[in-house]
Amino acid sequence: MTATLEERPAPAANVGGAAMIDRAEGWRRRAPLLPALVFTIVVTQIPFILTLFYSLQSWNLVRPGSQEFVWFSNYVDVFTDSQFRQVALNTVVMTLGSVLIAVALGLLLALLLNRQFLGRGVVRTLLITPFLITPVAAALLWRTVLLDPTLGLVNFVLSPFGASGTEWISQFPLASVMAALVWQWTPFMMLLLLAGLQSQPSDQLEAARVDGASAWSVFRELTLPHLRRFIELGVVLGTIYLVNTFDTVYMMTQGGPGVASANLPFYIYQRAFLGFDIGQSAAMGVVVVIITLIAASFALRLLFRSFSGEEELT
Amino acid sequence: MAVTTDTPTDDRSSATDAVQAPRKQRASGANVGFGVIAWVVAILFFFPVFWMVLTSFKTEGDAYTPTPKLFFEPTLEQYEGVFSSGLGPYIANSVAATVLSTVLVLLLGVPAAFALSLRPVRKTSDVLFFFISTKMLPVVAAIVPIYVVVNQIGMLDNIWTLIVLYTGMNLPIAVWMMRSFFLEVPGELLEQASIDGAPLWRTLREIVLPIISPGIFATALICVIFAWNEFFFAVNLTAANAGTVPVFLVGFITSEGLYWAQLSAAATIAALPVVLAGWVAHNKLVQGLSFGAVK
Repeated sequence: MTATLEERPAPAANVGGAAMIDRAEGWRRRAPLLPALVFTIVVTQIPFILTLFYSLQSWNLVRPGSQEFVWFSNYVDVFTDSQFRQVALNTVVMTLGSVLIAVALGLLLALLLNRQFLGRGVVRTLLITPFLITPVAAALLWRTVLLDPTLGLVNFVLSPFGASGTEWISQFPLASVMAALVWQWTPFMMLLLLAGLQSQPSDQLEAARVDGASAWSVFRELTLPHLRRFIELGVVLGTIYLVNTFDTVYMMTQGGPGVASANLPFYIYQRAFLGFDIGQSAAMGVVVVIITLIAASFALRLLFRSFSGEEELT
Repeated sequence: MAVTTDTPTDDRSSATDAVQAPRKQRASGANVGFGVIAWVVAILFFFPVFWMVLTSFKTEGDAYTPTPKLFFEPTLEQYEGVFSSGLGPYIANSVAATVLSTVLVLLLGVPAAFALSLRPVRKTSDVLFFFISTKMLPVVAAIVPIYVVVNQIGMLDNIWTLIVLYTGMNLPIAVWMMRSFFLEVPGELLEQASIDGAPLWRTLREIVLPIISPGIFATALICVIFAWNEFFFAVNLTAANAGTVPVFLVGFITSEGLYWAQLSAAATIAALPVVLAGWVAHNKLVQGLSFGAVK
């Protein structure tokens, strides 16, 4: 095997020389990488292999010695579980709904902040703060101080409009959770899209304006196509992070009432740590991984395209 | 910074020259309008945070009123109450888990990022692909075996369990992010140094390190934010001994309603370190969370 087959940027590549030197050089290059690689494989991959193994077993922690190999019966249970389907649907609605709303609001805010005005730095600092608040603390805040039916701020503000006494958390549990998620993630989308706006070549915009193009057509013909990749990136990143939402559900609604606001992470947690059903929750975990892998393969392709087009993004 | 990009061709600017911002840039009437909207939206977004901090200085009586109180006599009793109900050890655990996992991430991640950028190994893109793919696997699917294994080796409710898991959680992000900083180091610098016969470690220390150290700092802050805020592992794998600040906050779910002021004080303490870290790192946040894709 020769190393010349590989085409990649190697600033200090050892071109001429015997295979021996190549191999030594290869190991010298690899050495700094190995600890991180081995660590990541051990910590992140071995649990998944074990999940796969457990998912084929009937194993409940409250019945010691109940562990036995049952092949795919856990999977049959998962797919015939109507609650699981409801929860899967909730997950999609919660994740995609929050991400899309956050991207839309983030775009509007980014367009605002891309202009010159007094105190822009302060405004940006204020706006990113919700994103930085510990999600557990944010959820607690939403659950009590903001959305409490009798003494919450939201109902106080809405009381002139006749909405006082609305029990947001129990009447609209999924929407309440999503409100907290949108509040936290809109600032991130704003920052991302602002970075996109500021990477737009200003001479191009100026030329269009000199040519007499209206603000709207400049936005539609130039800015939006330029932003497209950033918007896609925002959707992908938001989905990656939000599909794992656990803290907000746990703190605000505990998935309830029933499973009305439960998403897959919370439901699996319930099965594993409240029902102690190891086999079944492992099987759900595997199903989630498979769904995620399908979604992620699209996401990864997109991310890699973003990187190969790096000059556009910098 | 944007003095030259300002366009004086805006046809609405002439009418509103009187309301210029006291800066060098000329603010058009439209921009003043947009500025006002931006301020209103920003205050709206920030208000819950402001209210949380404000409530933390109230007595429970002041916090729990039908008409929310903006003016009141501030008190520190909630902070005293939070600490006397045992927040201290939880903060210590959070600090330990955050700092030690971040140090581990940097120790493992800096060499790895180097081996994926300046002196790339073969199949660099495969390795990068692997690192990022670990972030796509839902962590919930790993919690069951992690719990079983950690239980079997007697490491439940042990802070080192969290440190190892947080390192695994942040390492892929850190590798990607630091790689994007390493790539900014001009290759000629390295080549020049190797022609001059300088040993690699000296090249690294004297040329590469000064260029990338702001990037390493930003990466560390991102890792701090994620580790400090982490809840899923903490709530499932720890209890009284190794519980972190978010785990402490769970205690307020049951006592809902009666302790808003104290809850706000605890939430403020929980949020404060990360808000400060985020304000410092705000222009690197996007780079971190997008795995270095956006600078």
